[in-house]
Amino acid sequence: MNILRKKSAANLPFSETAIELFIRLCGISSIIFVFGIFFFVFREGAGFLFNGLDLGQFLTSVEWQPTSLNNKRYGAFALIVGTFSVTILAMCIAVPFGLGAAIFVSEFCSPKLRETFKIIIELLAAIPSVVWGFIGLTLMNQLIIAVFNAPIGLTMLNGSIMLALMSVPIIVSIAEDALKAVPDSYREAAEALGATRWQVVYRVLLPAAKNGLLAAVLLGAARSIGETMAVLMATGHSVNIPSGPLSWIRTLTATIAAELGEVARGDEHYQVLFIIGILLFTITFVVNLIADLVIKGIRQDS
Amino acid sequence: MPINGRIGYIITGLLAVFVCCCVMNGCSPKDDASIAKTEIAQFTIKNKGSDTMVNLAQAWAERYTDVSTTTSVEVSGGGSGTGVAALINGTVDIANCSRQIKPKELELATQNTGKAPQEFIVGYDALAVYVHQDTPIDKITITQLAEIYGENGTITKWSDLGISHSDCPSDKIIRISRQSNSGTYFYFREALLGTSRDFRIGSLDLHGSKDVVEVVGRTPCAIGYSGMGYATSHVKMLEVAADSDSPYYPPNLKNVLAKTYPIARPLYMYSLGEPIGEVKIYLDWILSAEGQKIVEKLGFVPLESKSE
Amino acid sequence: MFTETEISKRKRQTENVMRIFFLVMTSLMILPLLLIIGYLLYKALPVLSLEFLFTNPKDNMRAGGLWAPFLGTIYLVVVSLFVSAPIGIFAAVYLNEYARESWFTRITNLAVVNLAGVPSIVHALFGVGAFVLFAGLGESILAASLTLAIMTLPVIIASTTEALKAVPMSFREACWNLGATRWQTIRRIVIPNSISGILTGVILQVSRAAGETAPIMFTGAVFYKNITEGNLFAYNITEQCMALSLHLFTISTQVPDVTEGIPYGTAVVLVGSVLLVNAASIVLRVYLRTRKKW
Repeated sequence: MNILRKKSAANLPFSETAIELFIRLCGISSIIFVFGIFFFVFREGAGFLFNGLDLGQFLTSVEWQPTSLNNKRYGAFALIVGTFSVTILAMCIAVPFGLGAAIFVSEFCSPKLRETFKIIIELLAAIPSVVWGFIGLTLMNQLIIAVFNAPIGLTMLNGSIMLALMSVPIIVSIAEDALKAVPDSYREAAEALGATRWQVVYRVLLPAAKNGLLAAVLLGAARSIGETMAVLMATGHSVNIPSGPLSWIRTLTATIAAELGEVARGDEHYQVLFIIGILLFTITFVVNLIADLVIKGIRQDS
Repeated sequence: MPINGRIGYIITGLLAVFVCCCVMNGCSPKDDASIAKTEIAQFTIKNKGSDTMVNLAQAWAERYTDVSTTTSVEVSGGGSGTGVAALINGTVDIANCSRQIKPKELELATQNTGKAPQEFIVGYDALAVYVHQDTPIDKITITQLAEIYGENGTITKWSDLGISHSDCPSDKIIRISRQSNSGTYFYFREALLGTSRDFRIGSLDLHGSKDVVEVVGRTPCAIGYSGMGYATSHVKMLEVAADSDSPYYPPNLKNVLAKTYPIARPLYMYSLGEPIGEVKIYLDWILSAEGQKIVEKLGFVPLESKSE
Repeated sequence: MFTETEISKRKRQTENVMRIFFLVMTSLMILPLLLIIGYLLYKALPVLSLEFLFTNPKDNMRAGGLWAPFLGTIYLVVVSLFVSAPIGIFAAVYLNEYARESWFTRITNLAVVNLAGVPSIVHALFGVGAFVLFAGLGESILAASLTLAIMTLPVIIASTTEALKAVPMSFREACWNLGATRWQTIRRIVIPNSISGILTGVILQVSRAAGETAPIMFTGAVFYKNITEGNLFAYNITEQCMALSLHLFTISTQVPDVTEGIPYGTAVVLVGSVLLVNAASIVLRVYLRTRKKW
């Protein structure tokens, strides 16, 4: 928002200058913290990253043997594959539901019903991840054993369902915003031509809002990639290249959570966990950046 | 907007009161009732280390409040390494360790603090090998376990062990393990494979001892290891022999004390220097019959009582 | 008379089919929420009572209640609130009242979005690196709360910005024309007129902070700590504390022979308090919307 008036600093009393300084400092705090996060995580992991870690092995080997006594190997490939496969499966589940719900809430629903749905979706988003993990460990575990006759219910599918439930609220709210951002004149024009609601949605709204919907999916995916407790408890936590939804896997986030507690500070293993942190930070940063650019893209179009 | 303003003031006021209370609690004199309760505990023993022992250490600390009204014990986990590190820095009174302290660590601690850590064996931990209760197997050898868990191991199916497992149609053995830097994982690997071979990746590395047993109890194809105190009615503990020529022993108190059960280890506590005062009283109590009763209650193996 | 042609009939049918399809999609999302809460409540029923909330975990955490972890969570949330509320609110004031459209503002906004997107476990690593080790706070309530505060900052910034935007520009202009400075305008006009919206954000921060596990696991939450029951000031912020979320994790994976209902009871208390706090923010928002006069 543009501020019209500007007083020269000399006219202001000292307290006013001080408070303005404080406000400006708070204003840039987010920048400071984002850099701070990168700096401190990097600081702990940097020593080993530049001196000792075989980056090729780290990114391509499945051998995660950080505590071996004679031959320590830090291959995170299986963990990266695990993270992405559980996220992709979660998105396969969450995207149809999320977009479907967003379309229903924004186009097919009475205003009163819309408020109710939005509140429920907000509550769904509020459930803590450790509770989702607990549900995965108990209820979903037994369900998967019963339904798929699987030997163990702690699988990629289990984790994906939990992640889907956690990321659906984000997808719904951002997708709904994107649909709302389409000018009403588009809808009116289509309806004037005799289009039904569904035709309006399918032929007009979805093409017009596609960037926003893409951003919604990206942000949902970013949430899934970064999720920790639910995948730690529900996916089986096994270094494994998955062969199907019923394989068990391990993610980058869960590896840090499980192993950080018992490593000695400054140890190679400790530094590798921080390097995984850098990797995670970079992945989510890039995904968020793309989502932001995609959203800004629509704004310039309209 | 008078109402809005008032809401703001009220909430700010309430928060301010809370902060003041929190701060004052730290420095102001306490009222009589709380003096009676809190001032009595004048001495705090800081106890840190092994996650294997954290349940046990916690149980001792909880019970010790009944024994001594003047000493309270603060327990935290974090692993044997964390405990030893704290000992070296001189920030704990007692470190829990599920392995013996390394000579280098001993030297460092002595150098740093001027006091040599003293070792106390406070009990034993036997790792039981668990399978689902319906698995038609009762005995296993360390050699077989090494081939199941070890890198390039030759046993991947139940039929490789010479049994036909009707509840496990895939016949594949599902290995349940622990996260790779837990004391339990370290000890089990060393007991099976020595120091020159690693575990094969692809096992389910669960986060807690209890988790292992619960998953095994629901999974007919699975095999897992955990402290013998964690047994439930859904699982079966196997008898273990060193190799096929040796006799098999079930995990129980007798076999652990006689050192015939092959996967059992001592649990250590290290004090900084010769224990004195409150720390000595606490350690003596842990080693007494009453302290050792708690060891047994938690599924660990107590020291041989002196009367026997 | 208009009769329905074949085409318009088909159109109407597709319309109805799609409508029902989307309704089902939406309901399928809501169903899990109800199912899960129902399932947790059903399993937790045997242990739920006021006493459950006000007694400590007993018998090696196999029995007893939730006093120590519950109080620990309150401490963590309150301390983090004291850090993130002022910073978050003033950051939003800056973004909304001071910043001009420029590349720098764009970057600041981008930083807020990215801060919200940083995985919770990376926040934990940051907490360990910055507060526990670098600042020398050690593993303590303070270190854990600071980590939570930074993690939840974007929640407060986003909803405060929303609330400030809702204050009409004419209010500010009127005030400036009376000769008030920018800060006077903010303090007397902008903030009082958006206080309910700001509070909504603060409440959302509380609910978010209360549920997090990963950031506090390595920065200050502890497996077990014995504190006096009923004493609200039993923790010291330079020491560690128990927390509800971590307690749920440990009793469901590490502690053997826990009384059947207790993990479910813990989950119910955790979800219950978080949802209650959320509900409060929703009520506040609805109330605010109905009484807005401009």
